[in-house]
Amino acid sequence: MMETASTIPVSGQSESPWELPHRGIVGMACLILAESAIFLIFVVAYVYYIGKSLSGPTPAQVLELPILGTVCLLSSSITIHFAVSALRKTKMGVYKLLLATTVLLGAIFLMTTAREWYYLIHDVGLTIKTNLFGTTFYSLVGLHATHVVVGLIMLTITLALSLRGLVTKENAERLEVLSLYWHFVDGVWVVVFTVVYVLGR
Amino acid sequence: MLCSPTTIFDPAATPARSTFELSMLVMGVTAGIFLVVGGLMLYAVIRFRYRPSDSEREPPQIYGSNQIELSWTVIPILIVVMLFLSATRVILSTQAAPKPASALDVTVIGHQFWWEYRYPKLGVITANELHVPISDPAKPTPTYLSLSSADTDHSFWVPRLAGKTDLIPNRINTMWIDPQQPGLYLGQCAQYCGTQHALMLLRVYAQSPEDFAAWIKQQQRPAAQDVSADPAVAEGQTVFMHNACINCHAIGGTVANGRFGPDLTHLASRDTIASGPIQNTPENLRKWIADPNSIKPGVLMPSMHLSDHDLDVITAYLTTLH
Amino acid sequence: MAHAPALAVIDQTLETKRRPPLDVVYEWVTTVDHKRIGLMYIAYALIFLLIGGFEAVLMRIQLAVPNNHFVSPQVFNRLFTMHGTTMVFFMGMPILFGFANYLVPLMIGARDMAFPRLNAFSFWISAFGGLLLYFSYLGGDGLYGMGSAPDVGWFAYAPLTAKVFSPGHSTDYWTLSILLSGIGTTGTALNIMTTTICMRCKGMKLSRMPLFVWLMVVTSFLVFVAVSPLTAAQVMLTLDRYLGAHFFDTQAGGSAVLWMHFFWIFGHPEVYILVLPAFGFISEMIPVFSRKAIFGYPAMVAASVAIGFISLSVWAHHMFTVGMGPAGNTFFVFSTMVISVPTGIKIFNWLATLWGGKIIFKVPMMFSLAFLFQFLVAGLTGIMLSAAPFNWQLSASYFVIAHFHYVLVGAIVTALFGAFYYWYPKVTGRLMSETLGKWHFWLFIIGFHLTFDVMHVPGLLGMPRRIYTYEAGRGWETLNFIVGIGALFQTVGTLIFVYNMVRSYYHGEIAGNDPWDAWTLEWATPSPPPAYNFAVEPTVRSRRPLWDLKHPEDQDENYE
Repeated sequence: MMETASTIPVSGQSESPWELPHRGIVGMACLILAESAIFLIFVVAYVYYIGKSLSGPTPAQVLELPILGTVCLLSSSITIHFAVSALRKTKMGVYKLLLATTVLLGAIFLMTTAREWYYLIHDVGLTIKTNLFGTTFYSLVGLHATHVVVGLIMLTITLALSLRGLVTKENAERLEVLSLYWHFVDGVWVVVFTVVYVLGR
Repeated sequence: MLCSPTTIFDPAATPARSTFELSMLVMGVTAGIFLVVGGLMLYAVIRFRYRPSDSEREPPQIYGSNQIELSWTVIPILIVVMLFLSATRVILSTQAAPKPASALDVTVIGHQFWWEYRYPKLGVITANELHVPISDPAKPTPTYLSLSSADTDHSFWVPRLAGKTDLIPNRINTMWIDPQQPGLYLGQCAQYCGTQHALMLLRVYAQSPEDFAAWIKQQQRPAAQDVSADPAVAEGQTVFMHNACINCHAIGGTVANGRFGPDLTHLASRDTIASGPIQNTPENLRKWIADPNSIKPGVLMPSMHLSDHDLDVITAYLTTLH
Repeated sequence: MAHAPALAVIDQTLETKRRPPLDVVYEWVTTVDHKRIGLMYIAYALIFLLIGGFEAVLMRIQLAVPNNHFVSPQVFNRLFTMHGTTMVFFMGMPILFGFANYLVPLMIGARDMAFPRLNAFSFWISAFGGLLLYFSYLGGDGLYGMGSAPDVGWFAYAPLTAKVFSPGHSTDYWTLSILLSGIGTTGTALNIMTTTICMRCKGMKLSRMPLFVWLMVVTSFLVFVAVSPLTAAQVMLTLDRYLGAHFFDTQAGGSAVLWMHFFWIFGHPEVYILVLPAFGFISEMIPVFSRKAIFGYPAMVAASVAIGFISLSVWAHHMFTVGMGPAGNTFFVFSTMVISVPTGIKIFNWLATLWGGKIIFKVPMMFSLAFLFQFLVAGLTGIMLSAAPFNWQLSASYFVIAHFHYVLVGAIVTALFGAFYYWYPKVTGRLMSETLGKWHFWLFIIGFHLTFDVMHVPGLLGMPRRIYTYEAGRGWETLNFIVGIGALFQTVGTLIFVYNMVRSYYHGEIAGNDPWDAWTLEWATPSPPPAYNFAVEPTVRSRRPLWDLKHPEDQDENYE
């Protein structure tokens, strides 16, 4: 066998500039793909069991369109998008304002969900064990809400760091990665909204 | 080979036969592929061995060939199309076959770890041994089985009669069989259902129309009531009716009305007990009642801790239930 | 050569004196180096290989004669559940991802994975999952009676897993341990995908990556799409068991078949997740030991990607007997048969690589050739199973067990053995013993065929799977006995392999950087590679950078 004495091929000049994608974006894209698959299964379960509950309240009887929450959540995608571009242009004041707005809008969304669940559990008596609707509703909406909570925590930490002046233009790529996650969460909400509050009723 | 009462290669009913014919085609094609490709592999490994007499130069580096790639893409596609069409034909002839008016309907309900059989139009409920009439190809009288489960998933597999179909709770599946020769066809549960899955055996008795009609008549009668002849039998009946037995078991015409366990109305007419693994003899029956777990560990019937005397009289009673 | 090679003759390890054991342990426990993490995955998987194998041997002893009483049904049912769960999740996945962890950065000229800390986290959470699963033996009643080890089968069909049919915690150990290892697997797949896309060295276009790397990319994609459904289904099962949900509660209108769909949407791609890396090993080894480039590299890439996509559409061929109507059955017959086309293309390309070569029968090649032949047979029995009416007889029988072990052992484990002999010198700097390797090979292959060739027959004679005993008079007795004998041969062969690995570490022949005269970048580093892999980032101009260096008159880049 030939002995090559650890010679690694190296070139003085490259053929053309060698640019590969940013690893944060690719990693987040992979995570989004995996999470989408999880949500898809919960959505499939929800759709499969529409109309199949043996008893108990039906979606039409107890669900109302969550307009306020939806508007807030979808707007927060817009605010974080502009927050990223503001950071890129080093407009720190605008950036912090937009980031704070994003957090606020997300928090309002969670509060509307909490209010809805309080009504469903206390007034209607619908829980995860009531019937198939209860099972699939709470698990799907709850899974989404959990993802919102995680996103909000990350956004809040970022906001706190920003307010202390620790976030700069160089971190814009990382903020973009986080914003991708947030857009994903909003995208899932569009699907959940359609399936649960529009089609399912 | 391989003599076996449950071989898939000795079909005794149409579904099994259609599958058998398809299997011959598929195995023939795959055997052919095996001989060709395997043969080429063997040849390559021998012919292209490195020989020390070879010069040091590496062999010619061949990177690929579009024509070759195309040919070994197209030929497999053609084989796939052929096999797919053959399989589809059998799927349709089995699952989409029109049901003749003369078909017999049987409802099969799987339990952990026994089989419940009901003949709804004939008013018969029995367990563990399925009787069906043979079917004359000229005037078919197939048996249509409507399959469901009371607890977990099971599967009905009698290889000589048909492929298996699962019994799933909250779902009704259908299959049909039309044995053409009288005889006993064996099988067993083929979907893991718990501890005693292994001994949930199937026994299908295909009978001539006359024998089948006679069996039905016997099964339609209520339980033998003449217990006065033998005092042990009378006492056995009393012990049975006053024990928890009646919570799980039913005996037609008595207060015993439980559906959790097998119907015992005609227990003594069966060849085996405990869904197949032991012969239906008084000794075995007594042993079973004394401690079912000694025969089928993990079975759901508990030992009732009856005294020896009670066991004797209950056995005497049950053996009269023809 | 047109350019002076920058030397990477790196100082070999400077440390020759013993270090305190605690320091060594601390270093390994806190490492984020992809090579060490890879080795930890592999060592961990080998331990589970031995445990899972032991569980299999116990089962074969119980089934060697009819009406045997070697173990009770309760113990047997736990054995087959644990054997399957262990081999798939705690042997197969970790060992293959361990190899990927070690090799992928080296093969693409990178210094580590994209997210080293995520890499370490993924390993430790998977490891914890395995320990949790085995802790189940100790829960409840303790070792006697096998405690709370799960006994619901590795695919845990509903409603057997409902609280009412599986009281206690055995099912929960199954659910949680797999959930944790699923998180680890997803993390590793994320790392592999990101590393491959973002950290290739200069000149390494996607079309120049080694086939092993391509196959790990497809595998990682499948992990994202397939492991998540299992995670979702397990969350649903846990909600059913503990919060009274009704996902699979047939009494409340739930569907047992829904669990099957969710499980097999995971389960079928899972077996491709297991086999694609094995294809990768073979695609690296066969060319080197035939002394020829792989035949049809673009076709191999296309076939691998096609297999990845098509594998997402075949899952209900595991459900032909649940009563899908003719339409459903027909669709899945079609998709399953279609996947045989790209799979066949790969077999033919490997064959064409051998053709006209100069085949060298070193132990890695012997295992690769055994793979080729055995995988062909496994694929053919797969075609038999894809014909739904034939499947109605064969499913849930010993024929299926024989088929999938033919793939798992005959193809995947066989390729793995080859991969061990092939890359061991790179990892340790020493070659494994060829003599012991040949003993390992022959004993294992003979045992494999004794067991798994014969095992098809009881299935054809009506023997279902997952039964702890069987009646005499079915024609199954002698066959089961022979199957058991084969298991013993395989055990001895595997033990020789383990001994070979340990012995060669101390006494093996020094390997140097490139003992096999191979062509991909990992062979350009010292054996073992330094922590940073490459002192200077390499530049490549073709698929076989070392071939180009060794054959300057006939470089690959002229032909691609």
